Amino acid sequence: MVGLALGALALQATDTVSSIFAPVSTPAMKEADLSKLVLVLSAIVFVLVGGLIAYNLVHFRAPAGDQRTEPPQVYGSAQVEAAWTVVPLLIIVVLMLATARVIHEVQAAPQPPNAVEVTLIGRQWWWEIRYPKLGVVTANEIHIPVSDSTVRRPTWLTLESADVSHSFWIPRLAGKTDVIPNRTNRTWVEPFATGTYLGQCAEYCGTQHAHMLLRVVVETPEQFARWVEQQRKAPAVDPAVEQGRRTFLGTACISCHTVAGTVANGRYGPDLTHLMARATLGAGVAPNTREKLRAWVKNPDDLKRGALMPAMQLDDEQLDQLVDYLLTLR
Amino acid sequence: MTTTKFPLTADTDEGVPSVLDRIHEWVVTVDHKRLGIMYIVMALGFLVIGGIEATLMRLQLAVPDAHFISPQVFNTLFTMHGTTMVFLMGMPILAGFANYLIPLQIGARDLAFPRLNSFAFWITCFGGLLLYSSYITAPALYGGAAAPDFGWFGYAPLTEPTYSRGNAADYWIIGLIIVGFGSIAGAVNVATTILTMRTEGMTLGRMPLFTWITLVVQCMILIAVSPLTAALILLFLDRSLGAHFFDTQAGGSAVLWRHFFWFFGHPEVYVLMLPGFGFVSEIIPVFSRKVIFGYPAMVAATVGIGFISLSVWAHHMFAVGMSPAANTFFAISTGLVAIPTGIKIFNWLGTMWGGQIRMKTPMLFCIGFLFQFLCAGITGVIQATVPFDWQLTETYFVVAHFHFVLVGGLLFTIFAAIYYWFPKVTGRMLSERVGKWHFWLFLIGFNLTFIPQHFAGMLGMPRRVYTFLPERGLEIWNLVSSIGVAFQLAGGACFVWNLIRSYRRGAVAGNDPWDAWTLEWATSSPPAEFNFAKLPVVHSRRPLWDLKHPEDPDWQYE
Repeated sequence: MVGLALGALALQATDTVSSIFAPVSTPAMKEADLSKLVLVLSAIVFVLVGGLIAYNLVHFRAPAGDQRTEPPQVYGSAQVEAAWTVVPLLIIVVLMLATARVIHEVQAAPQPPNAVEVTLIGRQWWWEIRYPKLGVVTANEIHIPVSDSTVRRPTWLTLESADVSHSFWIPRLAGKTDVIPNRTNRTWVEPFATGTYLGQCAEYCGTQHAHMLLRVVVETPEQFARWVEQQRKAPAVDPAVEQGRRTFLGTACISCHTVAGTVANGRYGPDLTHLMARATLGAGVAPNTREKLRAWVKNPDDLKRGALMPAMQLDDEQLDQLVDYLLTLR
Repeated sequence: MTTTKFPLTADTDEGVPSVLDRIHEWVVTVDHKRLGIMYIVMALGFLVIGGIEATLMRLQLAVPDAHFISPQVFNTLFTMHGTTMVFLMGMPILAGFANYLIPLQIGARDLAFPRLNSFAFWITCFGGLLLYSSYITAPALYGGAAAPDFGWFGYAPLTEPTYSRGNAADYWIIGLIIVGFGSIAGAVNVATTILTMRTEGMTLGRMPLFTWITLVVQCMILIAVSPLTAALILLFLDRSLGAHFFDTQAGGSAVLWRHFFWFFGHPEVYVLMLPGFGFVSEIIPVFSRKVIFGYPAMVAATVGIGFISLSVWAHHMFAVGMSPAANTFFAISTGLVAIPTGIKIFNWLGTMWGGQIRMKTPMLFCIGFLFQFLCAGITGVIQATVPFDWQLTETYFVVAHFHFVLVGGLLFTIFAAIYYWFPKVTGRMLSERVGKWHFWLFLIGFNLTFIPQHFAGMLGMPRRVYTFLPERGLEIWNLVSSIGVAFQLAGGACFVWNLIRSYRRGAVAGNDPWDAWTLEWATSSPPAEFNFAKLPVVHSRRPLWDLKHPEDPDWQYE
């Protein structure tokens, strides 16, 4: 337990390691501060009680051979028992006061007027991301601006589900809030450092729960503004990939996917308008490279067993043309 | 008090009864001791099955991005592992101990309703078999999963027809309803027995602590299992008759199911854990050679835990978006459980204080329990601090926590109980030498497996994932965790070997091998069918102490 406490505090984060003890955002910081208090108290309790057990074992171990005399029988002691009822009670009171305070600070925080609003929709097994005020729709990769102590700009998230229960969790930004069908939950993050923060669905949601990853890209306000502008533009039409474009628009792709400026307006799968602006495929199952993209379109099941996107039975030429087209969706 | 007598041998003229006759005797028996043994053997069988499922999962999770098991199969493994360990291992083995020990401890000749007892055992057994038959019979239908694959708490709407096609979910629902009937029947029976069939002088205030705890647990089963059964029936209506209680696509509520489930699920944790406290409360005094410290406080703490446990269920739901006030309420009620639980730990330590501690195998397992349950309790309080829990819930930290409760805590006490009462049940001692191997291997294996999972959770690893990505800092924790399984398996093998070998060739135990004080040690080992030739009369909490120390009897002090 002591090891647990010390080890936990020593857990450091890197670009890809998401330790809850390396918070960069307000809710996660408040949670980590409370966690440290709790862990220190826990370690003290463990040392005291564990030490008492060990002392008992060493000191009162029966001497070898002496089996006939019984030790004095003690039936109880009101004073001692009262003491070990009251002391833990006091510890619990302290913990619960601290807990209630942080609960309130995180859950009851008012939304500032300049907060970025994001709607996150959980789906089997990817995230639909919408910025209702900015007119941006994307998937699996949330871009938000960084906050600093002079200009605070947190992001408020509205969480909804299109199918089963999921849970939003970016360990270094905020603890979990569940994403539940027929229910709207709210949570918020306020990062103070730019960078990419990783998380994944934390509520079991079916076959590919393990590959429902989410990344949050925290940018400077200028970078964020550029990203929004880019996302709002329809991708340029490149005549060189006309064949692939026809294949895309002529198959069932368009029943589930949207590409702005075309007849493709399906909503069951991720919006592909700016597909190549995203770092990963299949909600984080593979990097978004030409090779992996081709493998994904050929048969998603190869990369992500049980994924709901069907293989479209395209031949190699069609595949190459289609991938060429997808690569222009920037 | 049954007057029905079944012959112990089928036909005395023929001498040794045939195998078929002996099986027939066991099948038709209404003797509480035989049914108790059958419960325990069945539960140990399911423990092996659940253990195999866990081993397969740890193999898959030993390295990142493994393809040893497909996600579909992995999801059925953790669902069946959880369901099996709670409903088919934990509940039945504790029902078995209650069955065997309660009439002996209170000086009765059988349970109040022997035939209901037989019914409860068989319906539990068949419920379990029905659940497992889904592996064989469900795949043929509608292309659904072969076995339930939505996790042991079956969160809606994953269990709805849209997301669980085929019949696997129906096997799960009906299997659990049937097993639940078995639990309820058993609880009615044992509670009635304790309340009405105590021998002369065995007042409530003189009952052994295991009996007291069992009484509280039976009441909790009645309160907790019935709502689960009701919720399962609602879910079955959803699936088969088109009701929409939990069907979110038609306006049903996913959160409602969570409330129903955890209103059962949290008291259930104490239904499983309290009997473990009961075993420890019997074993620590005997191997410390001291009377239990603070008996009235121990009883009060048990009843207290029973009550408080009914008001903590939503601490499984801190992330569902309840109001700050509701989260605070459930945090406080959960924190309060630590008080009576702490009293118990301190009273066990008070019992050991000034005693002569004898390091026999049952005591070793109790000591392992003390340390591990202390950790489990502390990580429990940690998770009651809601903001910390927002980070920890649904991660491997939780997996580590509840395995510290149910394996490091409960399973260790079950091993202690088996080493302690095996001589009474079979008349032979389990080997101390093999027992120590079992203890140390299991202790090392358990801690290797579950300590690292705390860290994996704090580094962002959710539970119920069939694989994890490399370079997230999770490799080492998962590898060590999987290595620990090998030690646990070796320990388990020692245990099975010890059971089989000692049953045939163990040292003869005699009536009272541990020099203990409760009534079960006053009769022969194994006890005769009628338990006691003459029902004993008791004057204190330790009737055998009074017999052994007539100059200094307990009743002078109580």
